[in-house]
Amino acid sequence: MMDLDRTPLQSGYDVAVIGGGTAGCSTALFLARAGLSVVLFERHQCGSQASGVNYGGVRQHGRHRAEIPLSIRARTIWDELPDLIGHDCEFDASGHVKLARTQDDMGELEAWARVARDFGLEVDLVTGNQLRDRFDYLGSSLAGASIMPQDGQANPRLVAPHFARAAERAGADVREGVDVAAAEREGTNFRIELGDGRTAFADVLVNTAGAWGYEVAASFGESVAEAPLSPNMLVTEPLPYRVKCSFGMCGGDIYARQIPRGNVIFGGGTRAITDFEKNRTRPRTSSSQLATRNLIHAMPFLAEARIIRSWSGIDGLMPDKIPVVGPSSTTAGLFHAFGFSGHGFQLGPAIGAVLGDLILDGRTDTSIEELSITRFTQDGAGVRTTSNQLNPSEQGE
Amino acid sequence: MRAAETLVKAGLRPVVLDEGFKAGGQIYRQPPVPDGREPEDLYGSEAEKACALHETFERIRPNIDYRPRTLVWNVIGDSVDYYDESADVAGRLQASHLILATGATDRTLPLPGWTLPGVYSLGGAQISLKAHHSLIGQEVVFVGTGPLLYLVSLQYAKAGADVKAVVETASWSNQLRHASGLAHLPSAAVRGVGFMLSLRRMGVPIYRGAHAIRFEGESDCGLTAVSFESGGRSHRLSCIAAAMGFGVRSEWQLAELAGAQLSWSDIQQQWVPDLTDHVRASVDGLYLAGDGAGVCGADAAEVRGELAGFALLQDLGHSVDASRRQVLEKSLKKQWRARAALDRMYPVPMHLLDELADDTLVCRCEAIAAGEIRHVLVRPGAEDVNRAKAFSRAGMGRCQGRMCALNVQAIVERAKEQGPQAIGWQRTQPPIKPVPMAAMADAYVPDPEGTRE
Repeated sequence: MMDLDRTPLQSGYDVAVIGGGTAGCSTALFLARAGLSVVLFERHQCGSQASGVNYGGVRQHGRHRAEIPLSIRARTIWDELPDLIGHDCEFDASGHVKLARTQDDMGELEAWARVARDFGLEVDLVTGNQLRDRFDYLGSSLAGASIMPQDGQANPRLVAPHFARAAERAGADVREGVDVAAAEREGTNFRIELGDGRTAFADVLVNTAGAWGYEVAASFGESVAEAPLSPNMLVTEPLPYRVKCSFGMCGGDIYARQIPRGNVIFGGGTRAITDFEKNRTRPRTSSSQLATRNLIHAMPFLAEARIIRSWSGIDGLMPDKIPVVGPSSTTAGLFHAFGFSGHGFQLGPAIGAVLGDLILDGRTDTSIEELSITRFTQDGAGVRTTSNQLNPSEQGE
Repeated sequence: MRAAETLVKAGLRPVVLDEGFKAGGQIYRQPPVPDGREPEDLYGSEAEKACALHETFERIRPNIDYRPRTLVWNVIGDSVDYYDESADVAGRLQASHLILATGATDRTLPLPGWTLPGVYSLGGAQISLKAHHSLIGQEVVFVGTGPLLYLVSLQYAKAGADVKAVVETASWSNQLRHASGLAHLPSAAVRGVGFMLSLRRMGVPIYRGAHAIRFEGESDCGLTAVSFESGGRSHRLSCIAAAMGFGVRSEWQLAELAGAQLSWSDIQQQWVPDLTDHVRASVDGLYLAGDGAGVCGADAAEVRGELAGFALLQDLGHSVDASRRQVLEKSLKKQWRARAALDRMYPVPMHLLDELADDTLVCRCEAIAAGEIRHVLVRPGAEDVNRAKAFSRAGMGRCQGRMCALNVQAIVERAKEQGPQAIGWQRTQPPIKPVPMAAMADAYVPDPEGTRE
């Protein structure tokens, strides 16, 4: 891999961050703003994996309750992006609609709405007829939907890179094209061996290595079963701007949004083809076909449109489909935020805020206990995901 | 056509997927319906070759599975995904061996005013005439470089157009300096001189060493004139249409999807697939023929097609005619040397982009101007063409960068003061051309390897 930067490293940093997705870049930004010296190592370029290639949904809607406090905190940051990073990343609070095909689906949506309201979230439930009055382009076989007006969408290609540049402006040392070969505790420091033979030292280490987060965790005795997850994404040619909300289907087999330029971006189907060793993904034709079929069923007018591109990238999937966020269970000064399981895009900006709280103050007001790595590492006490979570496999959304 | 013929001769029955209505590709394109024109009208000096190829193809048709109007939009492993336009269905073929002969399309430059109505690509102007018997306009100026520029100008003049001028960016001295390379292929030189003499006879002026080229007009009424400098003078020619072409670009998108490695060619000023034995890509079972594997022209394409057939047959364990192959290889080497001379005589004038204004559109599909590309190089800091595409959308539209990628690359190179190796090429994602959703949806077959979990 190219080394984009050969300027010397400092002799030591307060914090080293491994992984330049949105989680890592936002962490670098929040810590640098607080005056810490931060270095971030990104093997490729910031936002080149899951952060950059996902669907672009900015959704609190339908999340596992363990994620909701983090998601609520993230939502406030999405509004602040222009001040925080100097760019709005095309964030549009367009609303998010979760469609129900059956009354059973509708029941799930109602149950989730009760949970969400406990957290103070606003959720509208609508019947099939009301739904078609509001969105005349939807297919006819829908039982209803729940709507979260404050959710929305953004351009995933822009978010991590703009966080990275903002972090640099705040003083962070962002190293793209630099691979981390190994990391270990050495006395009160972390010693980080880089792929190019150099060594960096830091007091605090942040693991935001995405689908590779388990490798970093394992080197500190924290073994977790993280698997690669590749969403299969597609986009149509520009069409008249009609679909102004972001849509997802209960069960997660389709999600779609249209941007004001007219392109409809959608995913679903099955996973893309992944060669994890070579870090390569390819869209899977059968998945593209299935997603297209499902989308036409939900929005029949799209049968006339054409697909112009498909793509994928690699995210990390945890066994319970919620991320690991919080302090290490074995090593003081080590913090994790990885395994976002296909729905981390919205959460990314809050990772920096929350890890910033933990690193600077030793505590955070945002409840993340249930996302702790201890659910996998302590006596097999893996948390079961029976709580009110919709669409656990809503990849890339 | 030549590759298929070679396979048929050996007793194979290949599937031939052709995007066109009829066989012939671009150079030997046949009108979709016969319109009374003779081969000489359509193909000029190349009529004999055209007829020979069309006859060959008709002869082998019973022995091949020919599928016209079929777009191959993806290749992965041994699977070929296609869209059959006539039946409006999508599908997949499995093939152990694949010959890609995907040809080339026009190379254009984002010169001032190039998006005005009335400005066409050179190849587009030729297709309009060849396939549809229609001119792009009555008063036409031809702008660009290379042999095709003179050929199409002449075809237009013969078809009754008022060809105002040929505006050539290569200087006369440059053409003369490198013309000796054509000694490898005197027939090409003779043809080229013939085009120029015929144009002169028909009273068409040829301006050489042209620069500061502008297409003038208003977006509502279209092109009204082409202005440029040549020979130390400013010129302004009134016209209602112009055709622009600076050679052609290899269409290697399918080859890349199939796993072929690409390299930058300094002499062709573009990315081309790596080849061994003239036709083998860097993946087993993949053979590349014709201009899609580096531009060498129509005559070479016939040779390369036959060589691709030979290579495939050899890999299948057939014995091939070694002396015939030697003749072909020798001929191809000559063609490449002549092509190198042409590439030197008529270089792509990328220097015209040195003064590209910020407000000139570069990516037409997404309407992205040069300034927007330059902007994302600073913030959020794109370092290569793929990041420039991701941040600016240049190359993200209907054509997926096939038309603009080399120009976007040139802008990034200049801004970063880096060469092509550092800047890279825009990676291909399927589909290589737009595919209708309804056909895509109908083609769904469950894939045991496709999981949701």
